[in-house]
Amino acid sequence: MNSTCRSCPKTALNQNFNIKLKSYDEFIIALAGNPNVGKSTVFNALTGLKQHTGNWPGKTVSNARGNYRYKDKRFTLVDLPGTYSLLANSVEEQVARDFICFGKPDATIVVADATCLERNLNIVLQIMELTDKVVLCINLMDEAKRKGILVDIEKLKRKLGIPVVATIARKGEGLDNLMDKTYNIALGLETTSPKQVQYPKVIEDKIDKISKQLQNTLKDKLNTRWVALRLMEGDTTILESIGMFVLDKKDTYIEREGTCIYGYQ
Amino acid sequence: MNKDYIPLFKVAVGSKVEVFKLLSAGLPRRRMLDLGIVPGTAIDVIRKSPLGDPIAYNIRGASIALRREESEQILVSKIS
Amino acid sequence: MDISKNRDEYNITELLKNTLDREKNEQLKDLIVSSIYAEAEEIATDVVVKGGSKKKDWDKKLDDILTSRYTGFPIMFLLLGVVFWITIIGSNLPSEMLSNLFFKIEDHLTIWFMSLNAPRWLYGILIPGIYRTLAWVVSVMLPPMAIFFPLFTFLEDLGYLPRVAFNLDRLFKKAGTHGKQSLTMSMGFGCNAAGIIACRIIESPRERLIAMLTNNFVPCNGRFPTLIALSTIFLGGLAAGQFINLTASLFVSILVIASIIVTLAISWLLSKTWLKGVPSSFTLELPPYRKPQFGRILYTSIIDRTIFVLGRAVAIAAPAGVIIWLLANINVSGDSILNHSAAFLQPFANLIGLDGFILMAFILGFPANEIVLPILIMSYMAEGAMLELNNIQAMKELFVANGWTWLTTLNFMLFTLFHFPCGTTLWTIKKESGSNKWTLFSAVMPTVVGVIILFTITQSVRLLGLV
Repeated sequence: MNSTCRSCPKTALNQNFNIKLKSYDEFIIALAGNPNVGKSTVFNALTGLKQHTGNWPGKTVSNARGNYRYKDKRFTLVDLPGTYSLLANSVEEQVARDFICFGKPDATIVVADATCLERNLNIVLQIMELTDKVVLCINLMDEAKRKGILVDIEKLKRKLGIPVVATIARKGEGLDNLMDKTYNIALGLETTSPKQVQYPKVIEDKIDKISKQLQNTLKDKLNTRWVALRLMEGDTTILESIGMFVLDKKDTYIEREGTCIYGYQ
Repeated sequence: MNKDYIPLFKVAVGSKVEVFKLLSAGLPRRRMLDLGIVPGTAIDVIRKSPLGDPIAYNIRGASIALRREESEQILVSKIS
Repeated sequence: MDISKNRDEYNITELLKNTLDREKNEQLKDLIVSSIYAEAEEIATDVVVKGGSKKKDWDKKLDDILTSRYTGFPIMFLLLGVVFWITIIGSNLPSEMLSNLFFKIEDHLTIWFMSLNAPRWLYGILIPGIYRTLAWVVSVMLPPMAIFFPLFTFLEDLGYLPRVAFNLDRLFKKAGTHGKQSLTMSMGFGCNAAGIIACRIIESPRERLIAMLTNNFVPCNGRFPTLIALSTIFLGGLAAGQFINLTASLFVSILVIASIIVTLAISWLLSKTWLKGVPSSFTLELPPYRKPQFGRILYTSIIDRTIFVLGRAVAIAAPAGVIIWLLANINVSGDSILNHSAAFLQPFANLIGLDGFILMAFILGFPANEIVLPILIMSYMAEGAMLELNNIQAMKELFVANGWTWLTTLNFMLFTLFHFPCGTTLWTIKKESGSNKWTLFSAVMPTVVGVIILFTITQSVRLLGLV
């Protein structure tokens, strides 16, 4: 790989995640969430029929991408595999985590099921540890209503410190609002202050200790608190991913994947 | 004290239990944790599949089916 | 990945790994996950108000029926049967219309070729060769796929498929494989290539490979017409008039169950031998039933599945048309290559209760299973190109004249179930597994299984003097 190629910011997306952009001012939005929450309905409702499916490089996990325009900007929406967590126990979870963590999307939309919010908040909180560019989409509001479940969106927004939008994706309700919030987050027009999970003292102490060591080496490339937590859990896949995406080491598959389409071809 | 705790697999359909401990380790344990099965979690036993295994449980609002190999590794206590 | 080898000063991963080893601790892990869930629980109780519920009961009632000990399995097979029935009945007319249309176009093309004074061999390759093969594949494959896939996607959208996996999981666990294999298997009824792509939902590579290798055992849409036609012939003497369709459907269902049994048996065998391992953990979510979205169903099933599969089939059928035409029309020492090959295969074919032409038809039908029967008819009638016999009775007479017995018919049907996958499917296996070895295995293994089954049946029947 030559240096002209490496220096351009959006190359990583193409090489590591098989995503090609038409222009530099296109925004990348990740779409994450649990399985069975209507994530693909949201995806389809936003992108319509303009989508491509393919595979994540080197993985047998499907990767769907689609485009939409909002106001004056073009957005590429990347549908991540539906997972219960981001702890990289499966290929799907690793793909989702790596994309949010290393693909540096301009914003991440987390789709949650209004009928079982508690279960869904798990992945929301995990993503909030990883990035502050998050929009929470509470989907299936109609189903929740039928089950007699009411979600206080305003309160949730205050508690989490991120934008929260209620939607009924299959009827198209709330999608404008969702696109609007995503637009604001992606363009940096609105800032968030995601609530961080407070761990018991024994863990917080360790986080401090490990973070300090990490700060020297990782600099500002990654959220050290988050990396510290993963290391504490004994997650070895994070090492592979750091080696692959951050250090750009030769023995990883970057060399094998794709060709550069930006400025050099 | 172990007497009060039974593996989730043995709990009858229709009962409500609370997780006491996960016996598995490594990856299987993490999968259970990801599903929200941590000590203290309330679980409803919803139904058995026609052949008796797997069994579906209501865990934090979703129906999740677990094979015997997994549900044996979860110690629970009954709550009324 | 070997981290220690890299001796860069800037070696972060090594440092991280040390940190990791020191801090690795299961209790910490539990504590972290519990804290996140505790937080989630706290927030949720604060912002969610739960009232009375009505819909939940509906889900429960449906599940009580669809996954019950008593009604779970019967309903499953009934649904499968209904899907087949709708597909068979519904695709008859459009298939016929497409076929008429294509043959009308062929007539015009022929006239056009005549007017151009094109050489005979060129006309032969292009029209009776490529065009007719393509026309056949499209008119036979498109309507059933366009009906079967939406029906299947409908059940998928409704949320029924996870229940199928739930019902069948125990059998698959016994076979050492994943419960989701039942889903990829039911997808295979539509098209094995699509079924193999669906194997992506199985996480464990071992179990995914088993699911891919055995997917071909369930008959796809391309093989159903053959099975239906032959069971109609087979049972022709047993049932009268309007019941023929029903008894034939019943017999096809028995064959389907046989194919499921073989799938389980071979999966079991594989997981005890070359693909040894314990079943991976199985956690299956049973999502609430949801009202299907019809627009979406049509889009996914028509674009993602039907057109995709059809495209591949056409890409393979075109060159195959050329080969078939050449084999049937190039004469070597007074006879066509097709006839020579059939004569060569005859002794072996006889051992397993088939004949040389049948084996040759299966080999030439490699591009797509639906052209096996037409090729066979073509060879028997010594015609140089494929043709269609619409009349079942005429087909029966033709077969009987060529020495068929009930045993030949049965063997033909069984071999239709158990032989090498079609070209499209093999190509897909190659793409999905990325391994030449396993692709080859997936072609050889089912053929060996089929030969063993046929040999056993044929020899026993002959020994008992039943034929």
